[in-house]
Amino acid sequence: MANVLTAAPHSEEDVLIEQMGYDDHFHEHHDGDKFQSNFITTYIFSQDHKMIAKQFLITGMFWGVIGGLMSLVFRLQLGFPEESMAWLKPVLGKWIEINAETGMGALSPDFYYALVTMHGTILVFFVLTAGLSGTFSNLLIPLQLGARDMASPLLNMMSYWFFFLAGLIMFISLFLNTGPFSGGWTAYPPLSALPQASTGSGAGMTLWLISLVFFVVSVLLGGINYITTVLNLRTKGMNMWRMPLTIWAFFVTAILGLLSFPVLASAFFLVMCDRGLGTSFFLNEIFIGGQALDHVGGSPVLYQHLFWFLGHPEVYIIILPAMGIVSEVLAVHSRKPVFGYKAMVFSILAIGFLSFIVWAHHMFMSGVNPFISNFFVVFTLIIAVPSAVKVFNWIATLFGGNIRFTAASLFGIGFVSMFISGGLTGIFLGNSAIDIQMHDTYFVVAHFHIVMGVAAFFGMFAGVYHWFPKMYGRFMNETLGKLHFWGTMVGAYLIFWPMHYIGMAGVPRRYYRFDTFQSFSQFDDMNKFITIAAIITFGFQMILIINFFYSIWYGKKVTEKNPWGATTLEWTTEVDPGHGNWAGKLPVVHRWAYDYAKDGQEFISQITPLKEGESETH
Amino acid sequence: MSTLENTVYSRNKIHPQKFALLVSCASVVMLFAALTSAYVVRQAAGNWLEFPMPVLFLYSTLTLIASSFTLHFSYKGFLAGNVKLYKYLLLLTFVLGILFIYLQYKGWMALVALGVELGTNPSGSFLYVLSGLHAAHILGGLAAVFVAILHAFILPFEVSAKRKLRFEMTQIYWHFVDVLWIYLIVFLWLQQQS
Repeated sequence: MANVLTAAPHSEEDVLIEQMGYDDHFHEHHDGDKFQSNFITTYIFSQDHKMIAKQFLITGMFWGVIGGLMSLVFRLQLGFPEESMAWLKPVLGKWIEINAETGMGALSPDFYYALVTMHGTILVFFVLTAGLSGTFSNLLIPLQLGARDMASPLLNMMSYWFFFLAGLIMFISLFLNTGPFSGGWTAYPPLSALPQASTGSGAGMTLWLISLVFFVVSVLLGGINYITTVLNLRTKGMNMWRMPLTIWAFFVTAILGLLSFPVLASAFFLVMCDRGLGTSFFLNEIFIGGQALDHVGGSPVLYQHLFWFLGHPEVYIIILPAMGIVSEVLAVHSRKPVFGYKAMVFSILAIGFLSFIVWAHHMFMSGVNPFISNFFVVFTLIIAVPSAVKVFNWIATLFGGNIRFTAASLFGIGFVSMFISGGLTGIFLGNSAIDIQMHDTYFVVAHFHIVMGVAAFFGMFAGVYHWFPKMYGRFMNETLGKLHFWGTMVGAYLIFWPMHYIGMAGVPRRYYRFDTFQSFSQFDDMNKFITIAAIITFGFQMILIINFFYSIWYGKKVTEKNPWGATTLEWTTEVDPGHGNWAGKLPVVHRWAYDYAKDGQEFISQITPLKEGESETH
Repeated sequence: MSTLENTVYSRNKIHPQKFALLVSCASVVMLFAALTSAYVVRQAAGNWLEFPMPVLFLYSTLTLIASSFTLHFSYKGFLAGNVKLYKYLLLLTFVLGILFIYLQYKGWMALVALGVELGTNPSGSFLYVLSGLHAAHILGGLAAVFVAILHAFILPFEVSAKRKLRFEMTQIYWHFVDVLWIYLIVFLWLQQQS
């Protein structure tokens, strides 16, 4: 933190901040310059948004590896059901059942479902919600808005630790004797609401519920902070129309989370009552072992309504931050203003709004009235309009740009490709008539993995490569980054493209093995191919992990404040921004975030005042 | 510790912490909106036990409304420098809050006496869940009022910006859970009429 006090103004930006900056008297306070922190308050219970962002990112990476490895285990089962899995016995223990006669080891069907459930839960909530929006909202909202920190650093810290606690409980549930919850990440009743329904429905489901309740608390604490910070703590001159698209995306994401996660919490609360207190919200007449249960009159479809009222906004909670990051990364690396800034903002808002009124398109085949389905079909297909606007604008941003093909921008371009591929299949599935054929097949698996799984990961990778210099003061290795990109880009299509075909042929998802069905035997080789592609693609992710941790300590050092030549405020801080982000005054903003290639200049920082006669219009 | 505690927010129309409280109230609204809409959907599906609402819920509602008034006038007393009014109306608010919880409890007991237990029928289950979750939010409000009482009786009296902000936030939350209950009781009453 020493450089905060001693650094003399040496760049044009420093002079500008010194002359024009906004003095918030931050440095006169005891928690300003004289702020002291020890090891624990710096690295563990940190209230600094930059450290919390790193905590979210690294915890998310941890969970990403766990969730990815789980998918490899069940992909092995699907691709090679005839091969012995006995070699996994040392890791998976009793979940590998050894046939005493042949010595063949087979994955226990119960554990197959547990793996699928955990893979979904971990990737959707822990990696792509906390790891993506948690990381970049924390890092960028204060830095790009010119704030000292979040509105409430304490709540921000608690947001991370509730997430940590949620993860810890989920992790413990993996080691239960009865296994973790195995009823799917959507946790539909009765599998979730009856403790005796399956092996994972007992203690596994109890821990799953507790874990996710803590997770909801984490999302709410984070979201309250993000919204308040965006609306209240923008620096002087930073009006809403000057905010970078990243901030718009995080802002709308936080609103979606704030309004949809409480609904999930209410559904969980009712499930808990059904499990423990004998109510019948979701349980109807059920017989177990010939015995009728006491539960009468519940409606499992009601749970689906409550769940998907979160569930659909949730997929936009995942994809919107990626969209914001990609907009920013593409503009910076193609050295052009983002095309149609306002159209981008309005499409983010439109997607956010529409996400609340399309939830029943997940339930076309749940017995909802077909006439009600029509309503949801129409609004679902309308989402294609703002999505297409965004895709068009990304391509128009790239078009004619002076593109620097860095790892970050490659992942940005890859995101656009993935979003188009996955979005187009969404139009198929959004039609309730086509969904009769497609639902619960691998077509659905392929659709959502490409559009919200791979695409969101690409946005996250673009963000990691782009802002790594801001986070750690060093660059990640570009060669390894490009290798990672091409491996992931090709690999992801090799995994999910074939799934469209087997899905259209009617191969159902969630099946433990297909070799008992003669009609699906023609796809045996394709399943093998998908499994091999998945293993190789996962291997390419190890390049990222190695590159990331190697670069933290040994990467090429960042020597200038603004290595990418970007306009936004985070690049006006010191290379390693200390407590309070800006050494002296807060920067004052004079223009929007995308003044690239204007008036013969490559880029003009947001803190540069307008020249005489220059108009800010964009 | 908090970086922002002492930063100047004069250019903000509303203090960030107060705004954050309003935002969190919005998420509580969604929690109850989800439950009441689930109520409507479930009721329409039939197999719905009708029962009269215990009159105790009317008394508890009146108690809660009264507590909002006492808190409001305590705040007026605080602003006007009327220390006695400030302190004792704050205490009265707390007592009324406890009384509300007690009356809710008696109301639940009256329902049990009617034969409407938690698991009897979803109509009763929903009432217990709605009023129970609301009571949990009241307990949070009581904790806030309790802290306000500690401030009133321990700290020397002063009308500082910080004290004012704390009091206003306590007040916002208490009025919010009050209005929330009025919404719930009116909702339940209307649903029983339909």
